[in-house]
Amino acid sequence: MVPQAWYFLLSALLFGLGVAGFAARRNTLVMFMSVELMLNAANLVFIAGARDYLPARGSACALFVIAVAAAEVAVGLALVLAIFRLKKSVVADDVRELRA
Amino acid sequence: MLSETTAFLIFSAIALVGAVQVVTRRNPVHAALWLVGAFLGVAGLFLTLGAGLLGAIQVMVYAGAIMVLFLFVILLLNLDATPYEGLSVARGASLFVAAATVALIAVPFAQAGELKAAATADAPDLPATAGNVANVLFTQYALPFEVVSLLLLIAMVGAIHLARRTRRDEPV
Repeated sequence: MVPQAWYFLLSALLFGLGVAGFAARRNTLVMFMSVELMLNAANLVFIAGARDYLPARGSACALFVIAVAAAEVAVGLALVLAIFRLKKSVVADDVRELRA
Repeated sequence: MLSETTAFLIFSAIALVGAVQVVTRRNPVHAALWLVGAFLGVAGLFLTLGAGLLGAIQVMVYAGAIMVLFLFVILLLNLDATPYEGLSVARGASLFVAAATVALIAVPFAQAGELKAAATADAPDLPATAGNVANVLFTQYALPFEVVSLLLLIAMVGAIHLARRTRRDEPV
């Protein structure tokens, strides 16, 4: 049986890649994809941690994370569309109204 | 029948390669397609962990619905050229933050060892089949389940309101 630590390490790597993508990329669409990667990494921890202990409950928790991710993507992409309509751009650096 | 270790190595390689490509591809369409690969890799890991229901939901919701949403938006925006991503001042800093995050997550998890506790009568150790997950979802987690459905409804209303074309921004 594969030790849980391997899954946790993989999940940490996926989460780190998501953090790097979110911080380094300036295209808002790719930034949202990076957030999805991070949520997926969190789900992997839920499922791996629950493998030997209450697996049904772990799956239920991961299901909630997926539902929240779906809500987040819907609102986020609507925001991207609204900003694109105003700015004709999806680059995060072009939205700087609040910067003095 | 391939062993669990082999399956883990194959699926984790798929997930990691997909994730790296998502972060590094310039074209958002390519990034979205690589993201499908990453999601499928994670779905395979769910199957390896014995959570077949979650693997199926992952393929349907993530690789299916969410990905189509991303591609639709890329299509709607009709980006003629990949927008120039200027040299981010924060690129080095973001790599450092990412590495620090990995270390901060991985070290405690590696030290934690196997998470295993004896099942009790109050919390029986049931396998993650669709029936058991549904049973937990509609009994113990009934309130969070309803809250999540409300959240999805609010997100739907909010998304429609945000994306609707109003008269104010018509001339832009």
